[in-house]
Amino acid sequence: MKQTPSQTVGPFYSLGLTRKPMNLLASDTTPGERIRIEGYVFDGDGKTVPDAMVEIWQANTYGRYNHPDDKQEKPLDPNFRGWGRSGTDKTGGFSFETVKPGAVPGPDASVQAPHINVTVFARGMLVHAYTRIYFSDEPANESDPVLSSIKDKRRRRTLIAAREEKNGKPVYRFDIRLQGENETVFFDM
Amino acid sequence: MEIKPFNARDWKSHPPYRFEGYASSIKRAPLKRLVKMKQTLSEITGPLFGPEAVQPGDADLTRNAGTDGEAMGERVIIVGRVLDEDERPVPNTLIEIWQANAAGRYQHEVDQHRAPLDPHFVGAGRCMTNEQGEYRFLTVKPGPYPWLNHPNAWRPSHIHLSLFGPSFVTRLVTQFFFPGDPLIPMDPILNSVPTKSGRQRLIAAYAHEVTEPEWALGYRFDVVLRGRQQTPFESNGR
Repeated sequence: MKQTPSQTVGPFYSLGLTRKPMNLLASDTTPGERIRIEGYVFDGDGKTVPDAMVEIWQANTYGRYNHPDDKQEKPLDPNFRGWGRSGTDKTGGFSFETVKPGAVPGPDASVQAPHINVTVFARGMLVHAYTRIYFSDEPANESDPVLSSIKDKRRRRTLIAAREEKNGKPVYRFDIRLQGENETVFFDM
Repeated sequence: MEIKPFNARDWKSHPPYRFEGYASSIKRAPLKRLVKMKQTLSEITGPLFGPEAVQPGDADLTRNAGTDGEAMGERVIIVGRVLDEDERPVPNTLIEIWQANAAGRYQHEVDQHRAPLDPHFVGAGRCMTNEQGEYRFLTVKPGPYPWLNHPNAWRPSHIHLSLFGPSFVTRLVTQFFFPGDPLIPMDPILNSVPTKSGRQRLIAAYAHEVTEPEWALGYRFDVVLRGRQQTPFESNGR
C-alpha cells in the first residue's frame, strides 16, 4: 500500500491541535535539569511565522525514551512522556518547559549527544519538516554522529540552541529558519 | 540494541515543499537539500497516548461543543482504518481532526469569511484507533470556503487529520475530500500531490454500508502510514 500524502496544517490548525496548552512536558518532580526552550519561526523573507506549530520528542534525563522499543536499562519515569506541542503566537514565538535529555545510543556503537527531536508544521508547509535541537554547552556535540554527518560545518550551527540565563533559570534559544541563507538543517529520515 | 527502521518517506506520494500553485509555500518551503539521516533510537520511538487522551463524546462533533444543542448541517459518519504500507493495522493511535462548519467557516479568530458561526459546533474532535486500526467520527459535512490564494479561489469541502503512528517518523498531517466535489480539480493544495493516484487517495469514498437509515450518510477514508523494514541493524545499547 502507498503512503497517504501529507497536506498542510493550514491556518486554522489551532482549533484541532492546540486549544489546550501542550508545551509543558515536565512537572516539579520530574528528575533532571529543568529547562525552557524558546524561539521563533522565520520564513524566507526573515519574517516571523505566526501560524507554525512545533512538536518535540525527547528522552528523559537518563537518556531513555518512554516507548516500548527503547529497551535500555535506564530509569523510566512513567509521568514523563517526552512529547510536547507548541503553536507559534502572533510574534511567531514558541516555547517548551521540559528537562534536558540525557545522551542516547547512536548507530554503530556510537553515542548521540543530548538532543531533542523536532517536527515543524505551518500554513504553507505541505509536508512537515524534521530537525533536532542540540545544546550549546555540550562537549559531546563534537562527536555526535548526526551533527558530524552534516558536511557543511557552518550549517551544523543551525541546530545548536544557545544557553542563556533568564531570571536565574536556564533557557535555550532555538530559532527555526524555514528558508534562506541560514536555513535550518532539515532531515530526510 | 536492535533498530528496525521505518520505510523512507515516499516522495512520489507526498507533495514537494515548494509548490508554485500554493502561494504560501513559496516563502515557507525549505529549499536546501534535506540531510539524509539513518534512523536511530530517537526516530524509531515516538509519543504514545493512552485512553486518557480521549474523553467520551470527543468523536461526536455534532454534540461536543459543550452546549446542549446539535450542530447544523448535513450529518456524516466518517469511518476508516489506519494501516501501514504492509496493510498491517495501526492500533491505539491518536487521531485529531478539525474542520469548517456546514457554512464553510472555522471557529477561529483568523477566519473572517462572511458565513455564520454555529454556536453548537466547534469543529474539532479526536479518537483512538481500536485494535484493528479502525476509527469513527460523527460530524457535519464542512462547507467550501473562499481563500486568497488566487482570484475566486475556493477550498473544496475537506476535513483535516493529524496522526502519530508508532514512531517519530510515522507522523502525518493530511486532509481528505468528499467525492464528486466540483472544486477538487482546481484545488492547489490537493494538486500539490505529484501523482494522480496520490490525489485520488485523499478523496474519501461514499460507503452505503456505513450510511445509517434516516440518520446520516457514511464515508470511508483509510490512512496509510510509513511501514517498517523487516531487517534490523544493531545499535549500541549502553
